[in-house]
Amino acid sequence: MTEPTASGPREAEPLAEAAPAVPTQPRAGTTAVQSPPVVPAAVVRRATVRGWMARQPWPVRAGLILVFVVLAYLLPYAGDIPVIGPQIVTQGIDWPSALFDMSYYVLLALGLNVVVGFAGLLDLGYVGFFAVGAYTVALLTSPDSVFNTKFVWLAAVPVAIVVALLSGLILGWPTLRLRGDYLAIVTLGFAEIIRITADSTPNFLRGDRGFGGLPHPPGNKSDGTPIFGVRDATPYFWLGLSVIILVILAVRNLDRSRVGRSWLAIREDEEAAEIMGVRTIKFKLWAFAIGAAVGGFGGVMFAGEQGFMNSSTFQLQFSILILSGVVMGGSGNIAGAILGGALISYIPDRLRGISDPLTHTDLFQWRFVFFGIAIMLIMILRPQGIIPSRRRAMELKDRAKEAAPQ
Amino acid sequence: MSEPHVESAGWEAYAAGHEVDEAETTGPTGDPGPIHEPDPSALLEVDNVSLRFGGVLALDQVSFTLREGEIFGLIGPNGAGKTTCFNAMTGVYRPSGGEIRFRGDVVTGRKKHEITRMGIARTFQNIRLFPEMTALENVMVGADAHHQTSVVSALLRLPRFWREEREGRETSMELLRFVGIEHRYGNVSRNLSYGEQRRLEIARALATRPKLICLDEPAAGFNPTEKEDLLGLIRKIRDTGVTVLLIEHDMRLVMGVCDRIVVLEFGRKIAEGAPTEVRDDPAVVAAYLGVPADAA
Repeated sequence: MTEPTASGPREAEPLAEAAPAVPTQPRAGTTAVQSPPVVPAAVVRRATVRGWMARQPWPVRAGLILVFVVLAYLLPYAGDIPVIGPQIVTQGIDWPSALFDMSYYVLLALGLNVVVGFAGLLDLGYVGFFAVGAYTVALLTSPDSVFNTKFVWLAAVPVAIVVALLSGLILGWPTLRLRGDYLAIVTLGFAEIIRITADSTPNFLRGDRGFGGLPHPPGNKSDGTPIFGVRDATPYFWLGLSVIILVILAVRNLDRSRVGRSWLAIREDEEAAEIMGVRTIKFKLWAFAIGAAVGGFGGVMFAGEQGFMNSSTFQLQFSILILSGVVMGGSGNIAGAILGGALISYIPDRLRGISDPLTHTDLFQWRFVFFGIAIMLIMILRPQGIIPSRRRAMELKDRAKEAAPQ
Repeated sequence: MSEPHVESAGWEAYAAGHEVDEAETTGPTGDPGPIHEPDPSALLEVDNVSLRFGGVLALDQVSFTLREGEIFGLIGPNGAGKTTCFNAMTGVYRPSGGEIRFRGDVVTGRKKHEITRMGIARTFQNIRLFPEMTALENVMVGADAHHQTSVVSALLRLPRFWREEREGRETSMELLRFVGIEHRYGNVSRNLSYGEQRRLEIARALATRPKLICLDEPAAGFNPTEKEDLLGLIRKIRDTGVTVLLIEHDMRLVMGVCDRIVVLEFGRKIAEGAPTEVRDDPAVVAAYLGVPADAA
């Protein structure tokens, strides 16, 4: 078995030109076979790229999270804070409604972050899944629906989520073999197809006329009035916040597992990932389906609060808005997606009801101007987002280096 | 086109600097099929494999057989088709003729991840780690190839998740120790030195539990001491029961470690045998020194 080892001088051989001489060396002392000291398993458990939060000791982390959660649930009372309270709350729209809007935007940003941030798939038609969720609820519950099933809201929830998830699979199955820009175009088309279908089927999806009489979530207060009424949006916000917490836990569990590793590997080098045994299509499909399910959940919440919906909600700009929220907040980072999603909803609502000094129109009309400027500034000053994923920040730095002339 | 995996769309793949994996979509080429009977005792059989890129014949009816437990060298001058041969084995390219069999099963036409699960792992000539993942995570991606944890068990943190995560972490740490970079487990692979990255690629490939590991110029850019270390590592891999297929330019390294060698030139096999036989083969000498074969 043992062939002559590369230990003797062989200058006389015909192949010597192609082979620089290797100096004689004892085999025993090679560094490759030395075993360095064993690293303790407890240390190894955390051998990943960690953000600031993950580096804190666990009591600090638990305490901070608890404070965040409690503060989030108390947000509807932010107006009561002396001095700064009135500055925070919105004026042109009641504060609990603004908070509820924020909650489903955050939900959508969390879902889109799985697709764009984790798996690195550019989805420009995310509102399509939001629409699928909302329309499923409408078709099942509304008296205007051709099905006339008149489900209660809660019964429609699981159906709508499953339908949204399936729509993600159906769209993803043929299209996830495409890469980058091509996938973006296909997803863009998908969202438009849903909206145009709604517009052109006046009896089925009812276009502009929309669906009325959508039921609200169940439950009564002790005095017999429903918890989820039409006058106060606070309970809807709390419901939305609870859903957000569940989705955060789910997404975080996925991210820190074989699934998240596979997404990351696909994002970094898809072909190498597949050669290392990652079923790339399967995991991309999962990312798409999970994103779709969360987006559908957003649609369900939306329909449950509004009581009425029509096709005008599902404009292309809505998809772009969510995407810009994810990118602004910090693509690939859960905290970043939450912040981004909240901001894209909060900023326009905060501008509502403030008249600008020059033309005396509502500043809300100028929201896209503000957005444009904000996005440009963030992309110039902080391209990795406000709360970036550390890995994403590194990737961006690498790419900048590659692009820079040597 | 009838190809199911049209994953890389033309210009984008070029822009990204990857090879286009549509070499096989040029249609029927008339290249001959397999000519040998499947040999159950062989580990890997490359049977009359041809591969065309348009008009260029990158592999021309190449045949060789690997037996279990050997270190097999694939050598040849630049452009001889060595890496192309690797790519055909690992499913990156589909041969336009012939067949590749692994432990009796046909590999040709299977998906890349399926081939990996069958037991063929590889490294890359131009290192292709996941740059922003830590060394440990890189290896764990390889270890995940034989794990079952999917979305539901990860989502609900079922026992399988904990078991496999722990198993993956432990075997990955062992492999990092095996290749000698255990202390770097927590560093992102981009920050590893060149030599450490090469070792990490080997660890990642070994984590998929291969029967055959294909090393594509693992010693490229190494100094003599590092090469010597690598020789030790390759033997150590073989001693764990993994067959090694080695592409290498460095003749001395190949001669020192390989049990058998195949020499390619312009996509054709020009010699096969033990290192000493191959070394003295006039066709091989000519290929390396540039002397016309008939004059040698």
